[in-house]
This record gives sequence, structure tokens and C-alpha cells, in this order.
Amino acid sequence: MSSKLKRQPPAVTFLIVTILAIWMLLAAFPFLWTLWGSFKVEGDFFSKANWANALTGTLTAAETGGRFTGDGYHGAWIQEEFWRAAWNSVIVCFFVVTISLTLGTLGGYALARSTYRYAFWFLLAALIFRAMPPITLVSGYLPVFFQWNLWGHTATTIIVLVAINQPFTLWMLHSFFKNIPAELDESAMVDGCTRFQAFRNVIIPVMWPGVITTGLFSFLLAYNDFAVTAMLLSKENQTMIPKVASFLGTTQTKGNVMFAVSSVVSVTAPLFLMIMFFQRQIVGGLTAGAVKG
Amino acid sequence: MLFIFFPIISVVVQSFHVEHEQVIRSVETCDLFGCKQSTTIDQEATAALRAESPLGQFAGLTTYLDRNHLAVDEVGATWNRTDSWRDFGSQMLNLPFYKAMGFTLTYTFVVTPLVIILGFVIAVAVNSATRVLRGPLIFFSLLPMMITPLVGALILFWMVDARGIIGTTLQYLAGDPNLSVKASTPLMWIMLMVYGVWHSAPFAFIVYYAGLQTVSQDTLEAARVDGASRWLQIRHVIIPHLLPLTTFIALMQLMDNFRVFEPIVSFAANAHATSLSWAIFNDLGGETRQLSSAAATSVLTIIGVAILLSPVLVRTWRDFDRK
Repeated sequence: MSSKLKRQPPAVTFLIVTILAIWMLLAAFPFLWTLWGSFKVEGDFFSKANWANALTGTLTAAETGGRFTGDGYHGAWIQEEFWRAAWNSVIVCFFVVTISLTLGTLGGYALARSTYRYAFWFLLAALIFRAMPPITLVSGYLPVFFQWNLWGHTATTIIVLVAINQPFTLWMLHSFFKNIPAELDESAMVDGCTRFQAFRNVIIPVMWPGVITTGLFSFLLAYNDFAVTAMLLSKENQTMIPKVASFLGTTQTKGNVMFAVSSVVSVTAPLFLMIMFFQRQIVGGLTAGAVKG
Repeated sequence: MLFIFFPIISVVVQSFHVEHEQVIRSVETCDLFGCKQSTTIDQEATAALRAESPLGQFAGLTTYLDRNHLAVDEVGATWNRTDSWRDFGSQMLNLPFYKAMGFTLTYTFVVTPLVIILGFVIAVAVNSATRVLRGPLIFFSLLPMMITPLVGALILFWMVDARGIIGTTLQYLAGDPNLSVKASTPLMWIMLMVYGVWHSAPFAFIVYYAGLQTVSQDTLEAARVDGASRWLQIRHVIIPHLLPLTTFIALMQLMDNFRVFEPIVSFAANAHATSLSWAIFNDLGGETRQLSSAAATSVLTIIGVAILLSPVLVRTWRDFDRK
């Protein structure tokens, strides 16, 4: 009887399929649309005459001779020096992830093995940093940086991003190390390892899943950040996101929205690949509870 | 053991000290302007002070009370002038701080429940899909969340543009060829909220989906044997099971939505809707960097966050005590 009831009536199946289809459309369509449109000229992507022009590329064909054009990409990457922003993004992300993971693993391990209740305060700090708009912190940093002449450098931004990120990293790694049984390193120490050797030889080999997940989230934070990077970086040191925002100001007047469209696609592509490869870790990290990217 | 690890811990603690000092710093900057009650409330003088020395000058609570923030004088005047609540409210919304506050709060409290409901519906739907389909379904669902907020909002913004695909469709549906989302305040608010739901629903979805995996099959089986329909199963078995997750999501969403910022930048919506974060950004980024004004708004925002967070903090504290 139960198997009979378990089978779905067609109405329910239909409902589910409809909901899923609508959601898929909502979730994926904007990206596909923009990707498709980024190879067109502005007259097609923002078509006054007929929205279907964006699909068929009538004006693109008329203006450039082909159905697809790389003009937007060319303009953004070479003419407007988007590659510089991309390179800055790479630097910032790389250092933020490396620094916060190094500090985070050592700190998280120490915290997980210490008996005192530091953990609560880290959770507290993580929550507070999570809740506060990063921009409120930036307004605190700015005057100091102006005074010390630190404003505009990539290094300063990296430090600020690490600082904002660190409580999370610590918290996530802390709860991760908690799950590695203490007997593991204790037995290593019984066998004559020092504490550090135990960490190196026993803990490091088993810690990678947690570290990768945490690293992903630090990466997302550094990559996606707008408030901090827009405020703290000078023009030639900008990362990709503020660069895209600055396109908006200039391109509207130049009539080159397509630069922005193509750079948006360029920004999205790495994220797309990342989700594809690390979907499992991301889902795991999100459901682990304390964190969201 | 603790002794061996003391260096590491102290490094960690020190790394924290830097941050915390900086946080306090942000309070301090405004404290320099706002820690003591000053008797000279003179707006011009405040402006002059701000201009000549960005730090270290003493303006009392002026920054807090001026027109751009709490606007005590204006509120008082309005209060005396108007007689109905509605009138008073609309007058209040003309003041920058209250305008930002109004939008931030509306946004927070509209988007959060919608996100929860939508996330739940999608999670249930995905959970009943066949196993092969689930991977790609989750992949596409993650996209709107993982995407850089600024970029995601831009993508939607272009589609909503009067010449873009959604904009055109809306014009067609409304039968008004001059309809433009950018030009109307209510439509802009709705757009921002739609974007907010679009952006955050995947988070609720993922958490609920994970929760659904742990629903006990025995309970469901028992409910079925007792003749519970599909809806009754959801109502009486699944929803109670997911309730703790709901509080978690609601909290996260409250915090996230309270700091709504990027969509306003990319929708170029500041004429119609400003949030607190945007107000700070604007103060900092303008030609004259109004640090004190930004700091005052920051402090007010932090207070707002603290109010939102206080129930959680109390609960976490209790949880830890119990452990």
C-alpha cells in the first residue's frame, strides 16, 4: 500500500516539473542571455526595434559582417586595459587565500586543541563581521590609511580583506579540526613526535578537504568584494569588480555598454568553472552551517 | 599543551587584536566627533571643521543630529507641523537617513520571507526530481548566489532596461510603450527586491535541501501508513523537521539583506532607493570625502545590526553555557 501511495499522481509530477522548469529558467536564463548578447553590438543587445534582434544579430551582421563579434571583448580587455584589473584580481585573491589559510589552519588547529573557550569569542567575532556591512569597516580604515599614506596599494587591500575574512576562516577550520579526533595527534606524540611534527605529519595529510572548502569561501569573498576594493584601491590597482563598475560611469556616455557586458561575462566565467569543479565542496561548506559565500 | 601552543595562539590573538583595534577605530573616528555633547550646534561650523581637519576635531553630536543623519531638528519640526501619521511618514522619507533606513528595512523584511518560501518550494521540488537530474539542477541553482552581487545585478539590470528583453516584455504586458523601470520609484523598489530574492533564494534552497536529506524515512513511512496525503506529510513531518534551519536561514538573510548595497550601485537606483550601506559609500566616494558623515552613518548602521543580532547573540551565549 505504501508503495502505491508513494507513487506520484500526475498532477503532482506536473506541478514539480513546472516549478523546476520555471526556476531553471529564472536561474540560468540571464546568464545565457548575457553570454549570447556579449558577442553582439549594442544595437542588438539593447534593441529598440525588436528584441529578437539580440538573438539573430541583425545589426551585428550589418555592422561587422559576422553574426558574432568580439569587439566588446577587444574594447574591454585591450582598449580599456581590463587585463590589468584581471591581473590585480588574481594577485589579491591569491594572497588573500594564502594568508588567511595559513593563519587559519594554524590558528584553527590551536583553537580546536586548546581547552579554554576561545571558540565562543571567535564565533562571536565571525558573526559580527558577518553582520556588519564591510563598508562600515572601510570608513573606519580610510582616515588611518590616508594618514599613513597606505591608501591605494594592493597590499593594504589584501590585509583588510584578510582581516575581514579571518574570523570565518578560523571558525570554519576550527569546527573542521574539532572533527579530527584528538587521539590521532596524541598517538603521534606518544610515538615520539613533537607537537609540531604531529601537526605536520599527521594532521596536514588529513586536513585538505576542510582547507579547500574554506579556501573556496575566502576566494569568493576576495573575488566578489566590491565595497572594500572600490574604496581602497587607486585606479591602476583596481580589481575586476570595481573596474566593471567604473565602466558603467564612462561607457554609458561613450555608448559602449558592450565593454561592460563583455567584462561581466569575463568576470563570470571563472566563477562558473569554479562552481562546476567544486560544487560538492561549496554545498558542503554552505550546509556546514556557520557560513555563506 | 597550551604552553607549547602559546606562540601560535598569541599570533592568532594578535591578528585579532589588529582587527579589533581597527573596529574600535571606526567607532573612534566618529567618537572624536561624537563622544561629547557640544553646546555649539552650528551646521556651518561643522562643515568648516570637517573641511579643515578630517580627524581630531571635535564637533560633538552635531554630525549625528544634522540633516543627513538623525535630523532631530527636522523631525521635531515635522512632528509639530503635521497632524497625521501618514503625512509625518512621507515627510520623514525626504530626509536622507530615514530614506535609506526605510528602504533598508523594507527590503530586509520583504525579501527575507520570500527567500525562505521560494527556497523551500525549490528544495522540495528538486528533492522529488530523479537522481540523475539533481546534479545539474543544483549547479544551476547555485549560479545566482555565487555570482558577484554587483555583476548579477548588472545582468538583470540590462535585461530590465527599456530596450532589454524583460523591459520590452513588461512594456508589452502593460501596454505602455513608455514604461521604464528606471524612471519609477515603486518599480525600482520591486526590481531591487526581485533581484534580492533571485540572489538569495539558492542559499535557502541549499540549506533546506541538505535538511531534506536527513528527514527520517520511517516517520514519513508511518505518516503514509496513517493515510497522510502528500500535503499533510509536508505540513506535519517535513516542516517541523526543517524549522531550526528556518531560523538559521532567516538570521543569515536578515543580516545579508540589511547590508544591501551592490544592487543599488549597479541598478543606478540611488535616485529612487538608497540603503544605509549606499549612504556610507556615497559619503566616502564623493568629491569631498565626508569621513565624519560616513562614520556617523556607520555607527548608526552598526547599532542597527546590533539590535538585529542581539537575540541571536544571547541565544548563542546560552548554547555555549550549556556545553
